[in-house]
Order: sequence, then structure tokens, then C-alpha cells
Amino acid sequence: MNIELVLFGAFALLTLLSAGLVIFAKSPISSAMSLVATFFFLAGIYVLLWAHTVAVLQVLVYAGAIMVLFLFVIMLLNLGESTSSGPRLTLSRIAGGAAAAGLLVVLVMAIWRIPAGTGAFTGQQAVTTGFGTLAALGQVIYTKWLLPFEAVSLLLLVGMVGAVVVAKSRI
Amino acid sequence: MVPISYYLILAAALFCLGMFGVLIRRNALVVFMCVELMLNAANLTFLAFARQNGDLTGHVSAFFVIAVAAAEASIGLAIVIAVFRSRGTVSIEEIRTMKH
Repeated sequence: MNIELVLFGAFALLTLLSAGLVIFAKSPISSAMSLVATFFFLAGIYVLLWAHTVAVLQVLVYAGAIMVLFLFVIMLLNLGESTSSGPRLTLSRIAGGAAAAGLLVVLVMAIWRIPAGTGAFTGQQAVTTGFGTLAALGQVIYTKWLLPFEAVSLLLLVGMVGAVVVAKSRI
Repeated sequence: MVPISYYLILAAALFCLGMFGVLIRRNALVVFMCVELMLNAANLTFLAFARQNGDLTGHVSAFFVIAVAAAEASIGLAIVIAVFRSRGTVSIEEIRTMKH
């Protein structure tokens, strides 16, 4: 049995399970905690894809910063159990479920048609070229993608100022 | 090596779960969390193709998506707080001034 396949299966199952819990949990707090678990399991899958740096960023930024923000807002607004969103089967919910299931079917059918790895990149090549390491990623970002990188820093500054302006009642 | 299509199918399933949540949930915060799930599914696709082709550009895209998601979450949550202040609710069924 291939260990990579076993790890992939375990992480994939746990990811989908906790993603389902995000949707079906009663209180927003449990949704948020399930989302944290989803991000951790996804980071495991990123490591299997040789994306160590992105996996670390995922844990730091998503599971750390963004989810703390979510939890902070939930507690600030004092949201408890949702009052009216019981398992009512309305027309819009059935339509939503059908749309999501239809999209999944179309995507899976499209993915099956992708020709299986012609120019497959082996693990040996990944080790020799330092694929996915911070050094290699930094090399690409600071040479080929410097302008978008700086634009993202500007975007984060605008986001920070905008969040304060929107959320503050009186400036 | 695990075939690339397994990762793509996982990403598709995650995206559809996120979309399902956006369509059926009524709590604006949970809708936001489902949007984050969809962004993560897109990231997974980028990384899967980067792994197959040995090209780091996919990692750079995922990096930018994470940064944009951080900005989006901060602005979105600020809007949720502002709406809660003026309406006293975060249910998207009760926020319908723009509907008519």
C-alpha cells in the first residue's frame, strides 16, 4: 500500500468531513472551529503536493489570523445558536443543493477527461530543484512577480484602513 | 505519486460544498466562511497543477489568493459589524433593502 495514497485519503476525508460540519453546524462558533480544522487538514494536503511554504502560510494566515478575526467578530456580535435556520426544506434550499450537485457532476466529468500526467514531475526532481521551498518561492516572487507582490501589500494597507473606517461608528 | 485528478476532484468537491453553504445558509458570517472554503478549493487546484508541471507560478498564485483573502475577510467582517449595528441582525434574509 502506497503511504502517499493513504495519507491523501485520510486528509481528503477529514477535509470534506470538517467542511461539511462548517455548513451544517448549528452555532457559528462550531462552524468557525470546523473551518480551522479544515484549514489544518488542507495544509496537510498541500505538504503532500510539495508546497511546504504555502502549507505554513495556510496555517499562519488562514488558521491563525483570519480565523481569529472571525471568532472575534462572532463573540463581538454575541451570536448564539441560530434561531430560525432549522432544517426547513424550502424551494431555494433544494435549488441550491441541486445546483451544487450539478456543478460537482460537471466538474468531475471534466476532470476525468484530463489526460493523465504527460510531463509528470518526479519527487527526485523536486528535491534537486528545491521545489516549494521558501528560497525557491522567494526567488520567483521577487524576480518575476515583484509588481503584483507590491500591489498586494498596497491592497492589504487599503483593506486595513477600510476595515477601520467601515466598522467604526464615528470617526 | 497520487494521480493529479484525485486532487482536482477533492478541490471540486470542496468548491461545491462551499457553494452549497453559500446558497443555503442564512447567517452572513457562515456564508463568509463558505466563501473561504471556495477560495481554498481554488488554491488546491493551483497547487495540484503546480505539482504536476513543476512550475512555481501556481504557488505564487496561491500566495496571492491567501493575501487577497485576508484583505477580503477584514473588509467583509467590518461590513458585517456595520450592518449588525444598524439592523441588529446578520441574517441575509432580513437585509433586503436593495431587493426591490
